[in-house]
Amino acid sequence: MSSLGVTIIEADVLVIGGGPAGIAATVRATEASARVVLLDESPQVGGQIWRHRTREGLPASARTWLKRLDASGARIMRETSVVDVRDDGDALTITAERNGVPVIVHARAIVLATGARERFVPFPGWTLPGVIGVGAAQALLKAGLSFAGKRVVIAGSGPLLLPVASSLRAAGAHVLLVAEQASRRQVARFALGLLTRPATLVQAARYRTSFMGTPYRLGEWVSAARGDSSVREVDITNGTSTRVIECDVLCAAVGLVPNVELAQLLGCAISEGAVVTDDGLRTSRAGVYCAGETTGIGGVELAIVEGALAGVSASRRETDARLVARRAALRMTAARMERTFAPRAELRALAKRDTVVCRCEDVTLGAIDPNWSMRKAKLYTRAGMGPCQGRVCGAALEFLYGWPADTVRLPSAPALVSTLTADSSSANQGA
Amino acid sequence: MTTRAPDSEGDRRVTIVVDGRPVEVAAGISVAAALMENGVHAFRRSVTGAARGPLCGMGVCHECRVTIAGIAHRRACLITVSNGMEIVTAEGGAP
Repeated sequence: MSSLGVTIIEADVLVIGGGPAGIAATVRATEASARVVLLDESPQVGGQIWRHRTREGLPASARTWLKRLDASGARIMRETSVVDVRDDGDALTITAERNGVPVIVHARAIVLATGARERFVPFPGWTLPGVIGVGAAQALLKAGLSFAGKRVVIAGSGPLLLPVASSLRAAGAHVLLVAEQASRRQVARFALGLLTRPATLVQAARYRTSFMGTPYRLGEWVSAARGDSSVREVDITNGTSTRVIECDVLCAAVGLVPNVELAQLLGCAISEGAVVTDDGLRTSRAGVYCAGETTGIGGVELAIVEGALAGVSASRRETDARLVARRAALRMTAARMERTFAPRAELRALAKRDTVVCRCEDVTLGAIDPNWSMRKAKLYTRAGMGPCQGRVCGAALEFLYGWPADTVRLPSAPALVSTLTADSSSANQGA
Repeated sequence: MTTRAPDSEGDRRVTIVVDGRPVEVAAGISVAAALMENGVHAFRRSVTGAARGPLCGMGVCHECRVTIAGIAHRRACLITVSNGMEIVTAEGGAP
């Protein structure tokens, strides 16, 4: 239904986020619920890992799930950003914006599949154009950026580094270095554990061989970047010695952090930065389910299992015991991975007093007192008050000073006033 | 300078206008990719005037904000180019 430029939708199950978890949740929910709606911010569903413009290049499992989604009968709304989620007692209401037009969805159940973002740890020069994330490089490549002939340094952590290096090389980039901040000892211990999972090992080996010629260094990280209109050179260190590498692009991010803002708005319990769920992927709030990276970083295989479980639960069916067991096993591997690739303490000393921490408001490290909280930093310096709403500096300050995320306030993303007022007028009509 | 998408969309191309300059790019690519391909470094200026460009590439950081079709602060990484699209960056005086 659409009136006065507002789209109003009634749904049994609303899935927010169209990555693997959201797609699996949508497909499974449509098996038992008539009206399933999937919202996603991007021009195409698939999330970050299955980001695509055409499906030919996608892995087989992605193509299969996308086909199942096509056939599911779910209503899919792309390029739609959620700005508010509300629990009205008997129904959940979300307000979103699509090309400047407000969208209001009333739903019996919501599945949050909002994924993860990269953790950026500030260092001198990290605000220069040309300094991007590691996943960001993959995202921009898939969005059509040509890396051909570009000199690229990748400095980060975790299993994302190798596939990104591999695809940048395939696109013609000169990948000069892949620096993994985790120590050789930590990674070796983790690799031994992989022997019990041959598929993963084969995959890792394939990535290694596909970028032979590119050094893959453990226990090294970027400590500074320099340039004028964009990045020109970077310092790579192992803590004792530092060398300078000239490059056109620096990909620097240290692992991933779950996107829990919408769950926070709904009052869902959060622990260690991730949404708390039970075996049925129920959160602490009735009618609200959560799946994929938002419940803790675990990769695509786990996201699919969790999405399927959440879709089943949200449409009020019996939980699948086999999937629950599979989830538990994958969670254990994910937990080991998190420990192995946790950001090292030395990264806390990279930012100097004049290094910008909050990029939206240009707040420097020196302006922030380590004895404050995130709330105080917001009040005194505006850190975290800009358009990204603390999504970048919040995770950085959590790592630097151990500050837990502050409460989330509306709107969760910048929105037009017309979208926010559409929300309140519809609440009146619905009474 | 022109750009080519790495995978299909065929060879379809569109013309966008970047800071008043017509530029031919592959159809289906993001505004962020199109601008970076064409040498734009300063998508926006920060509150203290520093040049900023894409960081996260996925709609989180808001660093790639540009003016598209007269609407300020659009996230270039989330929007696909279309024929005739007018884009103004900090290099062309966008807010």
